[in-house]
Amino acid sequence: MAHGSVPVKSREVAAVFIAALAGCRPVAGGVTLDFWGLGREGEVVAELMPAFERENPGIRVRVQQIPWTAAHEKLLTAYVGNATPDVAQLGNTWVPEFVALDGLVRLDSLVAASATVHPADYFSGIWSTNVLDGGVYGVPWYVDTRLLFYRKDLLARAGFPNPPTSWREWLAAMRAMKAQAGPDRYPIFIPTNEWPPPTILGLQAGSPILRDGARYGAFTEPPFRGAFDFYLSLYRTGLAPRLGINEIGNIYQEFARGTVAMWITGPWNVGEFRRRLPADFQDKWGTAPMPGPDGAASGISLAGGSSLVVFRASRHQAAAWKLVEFLSRPEQQLRVYRLSGDLPARLEAWRDPALAADQATRAFWEQLQRVVPTPQVPEWELIATRIFDYGEQAIRGGAPADTVLARLDAEVNRILERRRWLLARRGRP
Amino acid sequence: MTTVERGTARAAWWFLAPALAVIGVFFFLPVVASLALSFTDFDIYAIADSHNARFVGLANYGQLAATPLFWTALKNTLYFAFVGAPLSVLVALGAALLVNAKLVRFKGFFRTAYFAPFVTTLVAVAIVWRYLYHPRYGLLNAALGAVGIGPVDWLGDPRWAMPAIILLAVWRNFGYNMLIFVAGLQRIPAQLYEAAELDGAGAWARFRYITLPQLAPTFVFVGVITAIGYFQLFAEPYVMTGGGPLKSTLSMVLFMYEEGFRWWRLGSAAAIAFVLFFIILGFTLVQLRLQREAR
Repeated sequence: MAHGSVPVKSREVAAVFIAALAGCRPVAGGVTLDFWGLGREGEVVAELMPAFERENPGIRVRVQQIPWTAAHEKLLTAYVGNATPDVAQLGNTWVPEFVALDGLVRLDSLVAASATVHPADYFSGIWSTNVLDGGVYGVPWYVDTRLLFYRKDLLARAGFPNPPTSWREWLAAMRAMKAQAGPDRYPIFIPTNEWPPPTILGLQAGSPILRDGARYGAFTEPPFRGAFDFYLSLYRTGLAPRLGINEIGNIYQEFARGTVAMWITGPWNVGEFRRRLPADFQDKWGTAPMPGPDGAASGISLAGGSSLVVFRASRHQAAAWKLVEFLSRPEQQLRVYRLSGDLPARLEAWRDPALAADQATRAFWEQLQRVVPTPQVPEWELIATRIFDYGEQAIRGGAPADTVLARLDAEVNRILERRRWLLARRGRP
Repeated sequence: MTTVERGTARAAWWFLAPALAVIGVFFFLPVVASLALSFTDFDIYAIADSHNARFVGLANYGQLAATPLFWTALKNTLYFAFVGAPLSVLVALGAALLVNAKLVRFKGFFRTAYFAPFVTTLVAVAIVWRYLYHPRYGLLNAALGAVGIGPVDWLGDPRWAMPAIILLAVWRNFGYNMLIFVAGLQRIPAQLYEAAELDGAGAWARFRYITLPQLAPTFVFVGVITAIGYFQLFAEPYVMTGGGPLKSTLSMVLFMYEEGFRWWRLGSAAAIAFVLFFIILGFTLVQLRLQREAR
């Protein structure tokens, strides 16, 4: 009997094997697209694909999830090895880098002809992160920015029923809170090892961050200098603790305890606050747009988020663009929001009650009207880390602001030497 | 050379050829290529179009000298190597003497227990140690607090982060050296000790005049291997601190990794690799010379 069963088994195995092989092959006459999603979004997008495949019977999508920490390296390696996917999610500050590599499809004509993607239905600051030298290279997928999370009760107790809108008001509120809180508690937490806070303050004060077509650093010039002084004063007067993000322990606990009363951070923390803080605490925190040096209108912040891009090496660019269009539909963006909490890039999606009626996301809506891109050069990520490296020297090392900013300018100018040479060679203005 | 000898030699070359080819392709070629790379400004722009790469001679090396971060990394690496490596060797020797002592029971158990950290995954170890080092809830601070020493922010304070990394590295690595020392100790003939005891030598004298000299070859091996390993500090700060706070745990290799694989400044990263190579080479030669003179 044992002998008799063997052929049957091997036939079964063969059947499974053939089925598996067929699973790897493109659908008859169709195409298989590779999509790379980063982190949690990679998981989320896999859930949207069945609907896309039903609509487009000739197209199958293979979704690969890549952790954020490895994504940048992996995308570059894929580019060098000529193994880029057809479509990918790209952090929008990485777009300039891949444009410099000439790795992305220019989308202008596709966007112009599209029935789904209309530039006017996006936050203008976010859209512009995908535009380089007048060409469109990515379509915003979800958006991200930084603003104030704050303790409503502590701010009200200090005599400020509404969140501050100007730096002056902000400073007054923090001083009042500090007076009530005592030495071990702080009105605001600005992690010393993050580049967005000093960069946001600099942009608010009118600094271009980099000058002369991003050929040199603009850190010693008055606008950034003024913002940097304001930033430093928060630490030097004891309004902010001199701690990095991984040194504070559990920030959510500290926020609930009142160790810190404000925190400049991003939209993912709306979900974290709801999950991690107790139910009776939920009415005690709120979000507010960044205060500006001259009131609310100057309270700009960063245009962050992820874009969808099509790689030039793709052999199925038309199908790839279909996938981009599908993911750009307001209803698909809302699905992503429900699954992950990522804020939609399409203005239309924000009319949905899930977003429109939510107090915490309301502040993000307001903030997103006032967002600007960081300098769009491939060197930006490196420069951004240098901003907090040198910021830390002033905050913790006690070096004077002048010295630190001069050093920062010198280092950034050295980093940009390569760019200056390339621009000079190309003879561009 | 006779025909037979020549034939034998040729056969030997044929047998060696596969190994030589592998070494050539996977070792010498990459080394030469990265040396060449260190004389160019190969980076992300050069990946896009190789015409964008320039031959820059020694400019990468000059740039390094002008980069404050490079000196910080060098200083940190020397700190780690000069404090950590001797400490690691001493702890290993101490543990080896204890484990090898006649009075100790369950030798096999202790040997295994001390060796265990060496074979654990660093990432898992790092998570546990981050808890131990936690300023408020950590075991280490709780122990210090019990004897009246105030809380230390181990990984957050620039002054303490490197000692914390050293402690972790020593704990993780001493087991390997301990085993080598145990092997060395067991090689020492028991008659020497018996003879010395008859001559009235105390425990210290026996250690000083028999154990140490007999262990000299082991010391050379352990010292050189440990120093080379410690100069290449990478995983501990990469996992525990990311080089912070205030760059106080940024090592040469971590700096090189960031230049190369985070910022894709491969020319500059290759230059760092060669600077580190020459530092290690120089230091190893000095060490060997010192130990030869001592003998």
